[in-house]
Amino acid sequence: MSGRRANAGGQVDRTRTIRFTFDGKPMTGHPGDTLASALLAGGVSVVGRSFKYHRPRGIFSAGVDEPSALVTVVNGAVREPNVPATAIDIFDGLVVESQNRFPSLGFDIGAVNGLFGGLFSAGFYYKTFMGPVVGPLKGTRFWMLCEWFIRRAAGLGRAGHATDHARYERMNAFCDVLVVGSGPAGLMAARAAAASGKQVMLAEQDPLPGGSARSSGETIDGMPAAEWAARVAGELAAMENVRILPRTTVWGYYDGNVLAALERVSDHRPAEKGEPRHRHWVIRAGRVVLSTGAFERPLVFPGNDRPGVMLAGAAQRYAGAFGVLPGERIAVFANNDTAYRAAAALHRAGARIAAIVDVRREVSAAALALAVETGAEHLPGHAVVATSGGNALKDISVQRFDAATGALPGETRRIEADCLAVSGGWSPAIHLASQAGGAARWDERLQAFLPPEPSKPWLGAGAFTGAFTTQEAIVEGLAAGAAATGQKPSRRKPPQVETADLDVAPAPVFEIDAKGKAFVDLQHDVTAEDVRLAHREGFVSVEHLKRYTTLGMATDQGKTSNVPGLAIMARAAGKAIPEVGTTRFRPPFSAVSLGSLAAERHGDLRPERLTPMHDWHAEHGARMLAAGLWFRPQIYGLPGETVEQAYVREAAAVRDSVGFVDVSTLGKIAVQGPDAGEFLDRVYTNMFSTLSVGKARYGLMLREDGLAFDDGTTWRLGEHEFLMTTTTANAGKVMQHLEYLLDIVWPELRVHLTSVTDQWAGAAVAGPKARAVLAACVTGTAVDNETLPFMGIVRGEIDGAPVTICRLSFSGEMAFEVYCGAGHGLQVWEALMEAGKPFGMVPYGLEALGTLRIEKGHVTGSEIDGRTTARDLHLDWMLSKKKPFVGSAMMDREGLTAPERLQLVGVVALDNRAFGNGAHLVEAQQDPADPHGSIGHVTANCFSPALGRYVGLALVKGGKARHGSRAWLSDPLRKRFGPVEIVSHHMFDPEGSRMHG
Amino acid sequence: MAEYSVFSLLKNSISGNRDWKPAWRKPDPKPEYDVVIVGGGGHGLSTAYYLAKEHGLTNVAVLEKGWLGSGNIGRNTTIVRSNYLLPENSRFYEHSMKLWEGLSHDLNYNVMFSQRGILNLAHTPGQLDDFARRGNAMRHEGIDAELVVGAEAVGRMVPGLDVSANARFPIVGGLVQPRAGTARHDAVAWGYARAADRRGVDILENCEVTGFLREGDRVVGVTTTRGDIRARKVAVAVAGSTGRVMKLAGVDEMPIESHVLQAFVSESLKPVLHTVVTFGAGHLYASQSDKGGLVFGGDIDGYNSYAQRGNLPVVEDVASEFVAMFPGFSRVRLLRSWGGIMDMSMDGSPIITTGPLPGMYLNCGWCYGGFKATPASGWCFAHTIARDEPHALSAAFTLDRFRRGILIDEKGVGATPRLH
Amino acid sequence: MLIGCPYCGPRDVGEFTYQGDANRKRPDPASPAGAEWERYVYERTNTAGEHREYWQHSGGCRAHLVVTRNTVTHAISSVTLVRGDDA
Repeated sequence: MSGRRANAGGQVDRTRTIRFTFDGKPMTGHPGDTLASALLAGGVSVVGRSFKYHRPRGIFSAGVDEPSALVTVVNGAVREPNVPATAIDIFDGLVVESQNRFPSLGFDIGAVNGLFGGLFSAGFYYKTFMGPVVGPLKGTRFWMLCEWFIRRAAGLGRAGHATDHARYERMNAFCDVLVVGSGPAGLMAARAAAASGKQVMLAEQDPLPGGSARSSGETIDGMPAAEWAARVAGELAAMENVRILPRTTVWGYYDGNVLAALERVSDHRPAEKGEPRHRHWVIRAGRVVLSTGAFERPLVFPGNDRPGVMLAGAAQRYAGAFGVLPGERIAVFANNDTAYRAAAALHRAGARIAAIVDVRREVSAAALALAVETGAEHLPGHAVVATSGGNALKDISVQRFDAATGALPGETRRIEADCLAVSGGWSPAIHLASQAGGAARWDERLQAFLPPEPSKPWLGAGAFTGAFTTQEAIVEGLAAGAAATGQKPSRRKPPQVETADLDVAPAPVFEIDAKGKAFVDLQHDVTAEDVRLAHREGFVSVEHLKRYTTLGMATDQGKTSNVPGLAIMARAAGKAIPEVGTTRFRPPFSAVSLGSLAAERHGDLRPERLTPMHDWHAEHGARMLAAGLWFRPQIYGLPGETVEQAYVREAAAVRDSVGFVDVSTLGKIAVQGPDAGEFLDRVYTNMFSTLSVGKARYGLMLREDGLAFDDGTTWRLGEHEFLMTTTTANAGKVMQHLEYLLDIVWPELRVHLTSVTDQWAGAAVAGPKARAVLAACVTGTAVDNETLPFMGIVRGEIDGAPVTICRLSFSGEMAFEVYCGAGHGLQVWEALMEAGKPFGMVPYGLEALGTLRIEKGHVTGSEIDGRTTARDLHLDWMLSKKKPFVGSAMMDREGLTAPERLQLVGVVALDNRAFGNGAHLVEAQQDPADPHGSIGHVTANCFSPALGRYVGLALVKGGKARHGSRAWLSDPLRKRFGPVEIVSHHMFDPEGSRMHG
Repeated sequence: MAEYSVFSLLKNSISGNRDWKPAWRKPDPKPEYDVVIVGGGGHGLSTAYYLAKEHGLTNVAVLEKGWLGSGNIGRNTTIVRSNYLLPENSRFYEHSMKLWEGLSHDLNYNVMFSQRGILNLAHTPGQLDDFARRGNAMRHEGIDAELVVGAEAVGRMVPGLDVSANARFPIVGGLVQPRAGTARHDAVAWGYARAADRRGVDILENCEVTGFLREGDRVVGVTTTRGDIRARKVAVAVAGSTGRVMKLAGVDEMPIESHVLQAFVSESLKPVLHTVVTFGAGHLYASQSDKGGLVFGGDIDGYNSYAQRGNLPVVEDVASEFVAMFPGFSRVRLLRSWGGIMDMSMDGSPIITTGPLPGMYLNCGWCYGGFKATPASGWCFAHTIARDEPHALSAAFTLDRFRRGILIDEKGVGATPRLH
Repeated sequence: MLIGCPYCGPRDVGEFTYQGDANRKRPDPASPAGAEWERYVYERTNTAGEHREYWQHSGGCRAHLVVTRNTVTHAISSVTLVRGDDA
């Protein structure tokens, strides 16, 4: 190919030069150029290599339908592979690499695959590589060996691992009418809709509005179509109720008229400070006007993949929109009239039209007139049967062609050409309508799938509906815009188009069946012969065809190849095209960056929840652990301490004197109303309506299916007011569970629920000296045993901040939970710390908290794991027999009461070595290489300072009956084996004397 | 029909590939069969194959309402693994794994089962402990499992993962099953279809069941869009359509909700992800296909659906988790998404059983797990149909386990199907 | 998908939590386990077509809604509050 820039024409700024590199080679272009137009202007013919045979490929289209010219955009170490050159706007400093070639684009060793084309036919993978049934390559090994090579040969561009520091943004938008596509139909739809005063959005995937008008060469209302489009767009942009989004592809049509669009904000230039690279739009539209145009289809013939063969409409576009001639000597090959307009446009732009080859014997008078105008040799009733020229087209071979039979009588003849512009008809871009639901309809006249019957939320206009002339598009656009806003169609005369009166219906010819490889899917190297092979092997339906041959599965999603492929299959199967089936299009319409979908979550996946004392913890040596979205101190390590040394010190301090822990993350729910007590009786297994005001009680909840759900204490603050606490992990789930019950099951109960987790900060002060610490800092109330008995609640102040204190214990020590408003959290915490100093009070973290509870056999989420019952956990004493509660009906089913169920026990390491959670237990010592017969697993472990041993909790089959017996710890993953004794889970102070003391 | 091999490929390539025969016949329905299997997906086809191969029952028809393999066998993310916690599950899936390991040979069809391993990422010490529990459970069942401890070790295994300490959910380790991997999903359907056909099974496409023929309580056949077909035994394996098909049999309620699960594939890339990886601070699983596309998925959309389409929130969630895991992939582009309908059961585990009506056999409730189960599901279901009693490996997957409370709840979330 | 919350207006499905089949009736709480409880806890109509179901506007007013939605097309034909406006 020898493309060049024409002296005039196009919407590029010839006064400015842009410099970029392609495979390291410096190239130039002008503002307004795509990479493809600049490469064409620079005379580049080979831009990429195909997927399977690594054949040289050039630029085939001028848009997102591009199957061949895929490149990688390189931004330092960050790479964006597989971008169509036709969709990249060049800018100074742009760096682009070709891909899927080794060692170079011009000479690719992978092209050797092409020599074995017959072997690598459709489905060949499935028929071989099974390998031997014996020997070192048996099983899956032989395949995996072959696969290693196959994977390296496959794939297209190379993605990098370097972190992308670009910003991505998500935008929610609402509008009355969303118009997709800004060709003449879309512009008119937007104008008509905007006249109603309603909010209109107009999305255009190209940088400039206008669609086909940018290069049609037609005259509209007396001016060149491109100028007319720019003027209309300018008027729309000036309206307050219209928002035009250039470089924005609407790619997804979801339920409820929610549409997803990708705006390429700064791909076409270096991003300005703070500017996102891409913006992910989620648009909720009242109505949608689909004016997405149509894609031109190629004809399938031998040699149709040679660089220099391109779609006729694309060639016209390069001339009309970019002022670039894709060749000096251009041949045209068509089955319809529209290619004649392309030929005329190319001729007017300065190219020589060598020949117009048309499969039809008869063409319209208007087309004939255009042919005459170009001065081309006109060959009706002919077809192109071959091309030659290696990496760039030199000439084509033509032969007489009988469109009715497909016969090729007579001799072939060569015609010199460096570009072949091909048109096989047009396929409306019905993707979004298909996503919205409904099956496409085949139109025999247009030989095309038309959109489904318009459903309520969308209207169609222009080529999208099969209205392939600009005048029809304008009329349909105006009507759709009016209808979308509930207006009567305007009686004003629509803009008038002056154009050749072409017949838009193509001849039903899709393939020239001559000798040689004829490609249907250019990117995946699916040939017409592959389609016929699929037919022979019974893969006839469109989905089988796609999956078996990979037709239409490439990055272009078959925009140019689906219909020709179907047509070839239909012919082979003796069926009509719609009988072979229609594909349902799925999002996205064209590829969407993962970064844009992540948007603000890119690099910041979830919010962080921090307690009011978070910074204090960090400043005091805390190592933080994630607990869901929360962060909690694991330990407060002293210099040189191991984790174990730290938690043993902290836990021992609690048992010996006093410690305190941040419990702000516990779920807290205010349960208020006259029926609050009754409500709690129904959701907890035990009674709460009888609880006195100013007292708290430990409660257990089951799920409806009778398994344990969550536990915590609930405090009665008033006759009609309770404060429920939940575990940190289950706070949201419990809230939702309670709301469900209240809204749906017991709407008659007068109860209101409010999540107050974030409103209250909490600290638990535990240890023999805990009361003394409180006495030293609490004012406004006494904290002695009389005033504040076990499970009692008082209100007072600490350092002037109001606090609510409940005496309850998770650690088994004398302990108090002190709650205050979150805003006072740090102040109260520091006041407690100050008051605790004389007693050597230490802050303790999750590990010490765990140690204290393990010693006491208290359960947490490790034991209430969704598969255990109250009985399994020895909490059956909490199951009230006086009242039904959630789960009471289902908890006694045979499977939930079986004696062999996993039950909670304590375990003591008899070899006095540490062991891990998730270790299993077996009955007796066994060969570590052959672990088997698990009887349960360890749920929690620690070194117990109180017991002086490594202990843990475990869930063990028939656990209670095993108290006092030995078992064998079996942890093959961490290679820890050894003897343990199974004991009661109450390992320390089983009478509870310390917390009552 | 000829064996597939490199020799048959060579021979045919010389003759222009004109002598290949259909992979399976397209017969007309016979009026009666010994067994009619409703559902031409992976499970229905593998059931037919094992009925013929293991139980000598060849007078069998597989009825598919559309094109063969149009259900979840052609819509999944192709992951094969047996890394389950509960022994009822791990034993069953491990049997499946063993069948997978010999499947290409068994079927004379390369299903491209590639044992590239699966890595479940752990982001907290507690999560790693949970994985240790599961991995140890696997080891006690004779299944391969390894624990990877530390971010560096994980980073060496999977380049590109964000193993830094300042990740929002820093990686602390993971659980690996080296024998897990991926297979070519369509090939599994086609391979079973061809192999069953070669043993005499009739595969009837475009044959939609419109009702069940009954004699009293007993199911004695089906009415279809291609006529009535009688059968001594009628087996239903229509995951995704179980609710609809069972209603035709008068069973109006099932312990199943149908949900839509979306799946995603990126454009083709040169090899960049060797193993299957799952994100532990959300729900995401990803691998790279032989063609080069990154194949990934996450949660179900979370509402009842028979539409094979999902909505945006899940698309965004999945992409966010993917780029959180692999920050270098933010410029990789999503090429295609699609939806499949999952039978979400009430405890997250499947049902393979005789009944619930006389003459009927039921296979359903696969949640996300159906693809990897394909061989074992067919194996056990064929046994159940042929012998009128459950196979030992699927004996726990009863329909009455919900009434009896003998649940197989791998996730421990109870009767909330959207959470399984 | 958009759900028209009677309190908040049309909101994205991402703000809502699905709470399942609204055709279920919770049995007498005092009744023992049996067919009725089994149906309530485990059995679903799983309708293909118009389906009455509960959704909670968890990312908004937190009210539970009864939504009638077609499970084949996802089209929503009605949304009402479970508790009514006076609750």
